[in-house]
Amino acid sequence: MPSSDAIVIGGGPNGLAAAARLAASGRRVTLCEAGAVAGGGAVTAEFAPGYRVSGLAHLLGHLDARVIAGMELERHGLAFAATGLATTAVSATGDHLRLEGAAGARLTGRIAPEDVLAWDRLRSRLMAFAAALAPMRAMAPPRLARGAANEMLRLARVGLGLRRLGRDEFREFLRMILINVADVAEDELSDDRLGGLLAFDATLGAWLGPRSPNSLILYLDRLAGGMAGQQAALALPKGGMGTVAAAMARGAEAKGVVLRTGARVARILVEDGRALGVALADGEEIRADLVVSAIGPKATLAGLVGPRHLDTGFLRQTAAIRARGGAAKLHLALTGLPDFRGADPKTRLVIAPSVNAVEAAFNPVKYGEVPDRPVMEAILPSAHEDGFAPGGHHVLSAIVQFAPHAPKDGADQARALMLERSLAVLEDHAPGLGALIAHAEMLMPQDIAARHGMVGGAWHHADLAVEQMLFLRPFAAVAQYRTPVAGLWLGGAGCHPGGHVSGAAGWNAAGAILAEGGR
Amino acid sequence: MSDPRLHYRAPLLRTPFHPRIAEANVLNQWGAWAGYTTALALQDEEMEYTAIRNGASLYDLCPMVKYRIMGPQAAEYLGRLTLRDVVRQPVGTVRYTAWCDDAGKVLDDGTLFRLAEAEFMLCCQERHLPWLLDAASGFDVAIAEITEAVAALSLQGPCSASVLRAAGLDVSALKPFAVTRQEFAGTTLTLSRTGFTGDLGYELWLAPEAALPLWDGLMAAGAPWGIRPIGSNALNLARIEAGFIIANADFVPAEQALREDRPRSPFEIGLDWMIDWQKGHFNGRRALLAERDGQTSRWALVALDIEGNVPAEGALLYHGKTREVGHITAAAWSPATKRNVALASLRRPWDRTAADDLWAEVYALRELHYVKLMLRARITERPFFAPARRRATPPEDF
Repeated sequence: MPSSDAIVIGGGPNGLAAAARLAASGRRVTLCEAGAVAGGGAVTAEFAPGYRVSGLAHLLGHLDARVIAGMELERHGLAFAATGLATTAVSATGDHLRLEGAAGARLTGRIAPEDVLAWDRLRSRLMAFAAALAPMRAMAPPRLARGAANEMLRLARVGLGLRRLGRDEFREFLRMILINVADVAEDELSDDRLGGLLAFDATLGAWLGPRSPNSLILYLDRLAGGMAGQQAALALPKGGMGTVAAAMARGAEAKGVVLRTGARVARILVEDGRALGVALADGEEIRADLVVSAIGPKATLAGLVGPRHLDTGFLRQTAAIRARGGAAKLHLALTGLPDFRGADPKTRLVIAPSVNAVEAAFNPVKYGEVPDRPVMEAILPSAHEDGFAPGGHHVLSAIVQFAPHAPKDGADQARALMLERSLAVLEDHAPGLGALIAHAEMLMPQDIAARHGMVGGAWHHADLAVEQMLFLRPFAAVAQYRTPVAGLWLGGAGCHPGGHVSGAAGWNAAGAILAEGGR
Repeated sequence: MSDPRLHYRAPLLRTPFHPRIAEANVLNQWGAWAGYTTALALQDEEMEYTAIRNGASLYDLCPMVKYRIMGPQAAEYLGRLTLRDVVRQPVGTVRYTAWCDDAGKVLDDGTLFRLAEAEFMLCCQERHLPWLLDAASGFDVAIAEITEAVAALSLQGPCSASVLRAAGLDVSALKPFAVTRQEFAGTTLTLSRTGFTGDLGYELWLAPEAALPLWDGLMAAGAPWGIRPIGSNALNLARIEAGFIIANADFVPAEQALREDRPRSPFEIGLDWMIDWQKGHFNGRRALLAERDGQTSRWALVALDIEGNVPAEGALLYHGKTREVGHITAAAWSPATKRNVALASLRRPWDRTAADDLWAEVYALRELHYVKLMLRARITERPFFAPARRRATPPEDF
């Protein structure tokens, strides 16, 4: 008699979403999370005495609407400190550009009217492309095979959405879908700040520079997200990402999920080609006919299942999954509010002065080096609400790009250099910020890997790039969440549609399992 | 030795036996085999075939691709790689085996020698080192290609045991598919009762430096039995009679196939008897299980008896003379059985339903003029020729 109907490995947003959806269908679900709390990349952590911050992801842009509704997250504590968060393209001279609304619906600041027109034209075109693609996020990727049981109705909807763009726009869509974002920025925009922002947002969390092939599609993926019913909008969760994690954990438990923290899975039990359960690091075995892994695909297949149960060609493909983190996380404890030359501290502050600045920040990481002038996205959660820092003090949370995931001069030296150079960039844009720093924490990709278990410190468990997207994510044989080991499914960020604090992959995986009758 | 950048000056390598074979090859007929120069026929193809069936023959096996697999988990690894159970294969035995890709399509067939508890030699037609290494992930094994490090010679024919005895090598207790080690002229030989002729025969494996003394020793010892070096053409005739298949002749190894319908599963080339379903996971198992349970095999390997005496090489096969249902992969007039025989790849279910109405479309070249023949083909048993002497232990004294 199995002790559960289903075991979910990994208590990040995807694991929680998959567990909740399976439990909601009446199955007894046990979720095994190695850490002390569930949440994965969604965590609020104290990084210095009295200073708390979202420890990894710090903004919500993709939390799946089906997950919010299905897990009743708002009832379980999900709340926002800000929705429709504005962005400031921060200038070192104070000549900022402010983008209001989702992905810059309105621009304020000193900018030529023709540049505003160009931006509006490009933005609305890309928003339309993204909207046509967005339904893809909520379905299992189609299979390119004869007789594949694809979700034809949903695919038809995507096709129809693309047709509705009209002939000329559809042609533009085909022209642009695999283009790089630098070409788009240079074709369409003349304002460096907008070009820099576009290039930064397209490559955020990726191992790509703006001139790397196919980088625009990642921007479309970003625009295909959204929060609070608004496409491409960003939201700041109240209390940091830990609140999101806690709401998801409570939502899962309310559905009946047995959440076991501190339960590191050492092995997936496989016999005669079928998953029978898991063995924990302490030796305990939990049996179930259904195992869903929401941790990375490589760690699941090559590690927990092991090569002996898998075919050689399949293992080759598993080994070839690319997972390279290029983003570092910077946390600063500040004794006062920094002044970014008048920029609104309640906005998302992006320091990416031009397309070339982003490209130049990417170049060194290819060689395992730290960039001279990192580009970054910073937020000051303490400017929105109390509870992150002692009275009058502040915390700054920044995603700093690009950081070498395999630094050639050693991890410690690279971390120190990355911190020094990031602080220099910040000082240029917010003079006096350095003097406010009470404590600084720099998490390099390898630190993120060590802390959160993501191979290479890659946000999405596997690089999000055209060749690892949709029915190629993480590779064709497992793109529909099912693995060759009967009863074992993948449901993590390494699967379609990728990571972010979203839950979409886990929710989709559970849907695919339920469509199969649960085995 | 020489500058490796000049390899193109000698596009084909020479085997350690080359000096003797070149001397014997009065017809000067050479062919390429796995990067080596090998003799197709030396003096008289018919006499060479006759030596296989009525006396003793020597064939240079050096180009055969060979791998050494060693380590405490070598048997488990080979069980995972190949179709058969290797853990229970006794030390000192040889097994005919095959291995598949993930889709359950055959990558190659070959012979697996268990030389010690933790030492194996795998011989095959094509090169597979990257595949063998990738399949070894998670196993404590060391894999090396030893094709150049091991010279190999095949001594085949009803008198082969007598020749070995005359050369001072006692093989009277050696059973079919057994392997042993013996001293010869100061070196250690590995000696197996194996071969590609379906007859009594042995294969000898040795260091390349010892190749020529062995050749000379066997030629001298075998003279009373009419021992004769043979080329690939005579061997091919013998192997067709024995019903053996060859990669890239009777099936395309899955890794080399470009066309979707070319790869073959073990069920489709008559190797499904090898599959051990009980031993645990092996490469391709999931796909093969689905093929077995779903009865989805699309081809069948069949042996054919064709009317007349015109070899039907490469002929297309028809049901009712009109519907194309397969093709012949190997064919010959068999001197031993006096039959016109062939091996064929037949689309299922025609291997069962077309039995009474199967025709081979043969184009016979008669004085620069093709004559099209529709010859009746009958499905028959494989092997075509299987003399009791191939199995007798001790071998009969001819």
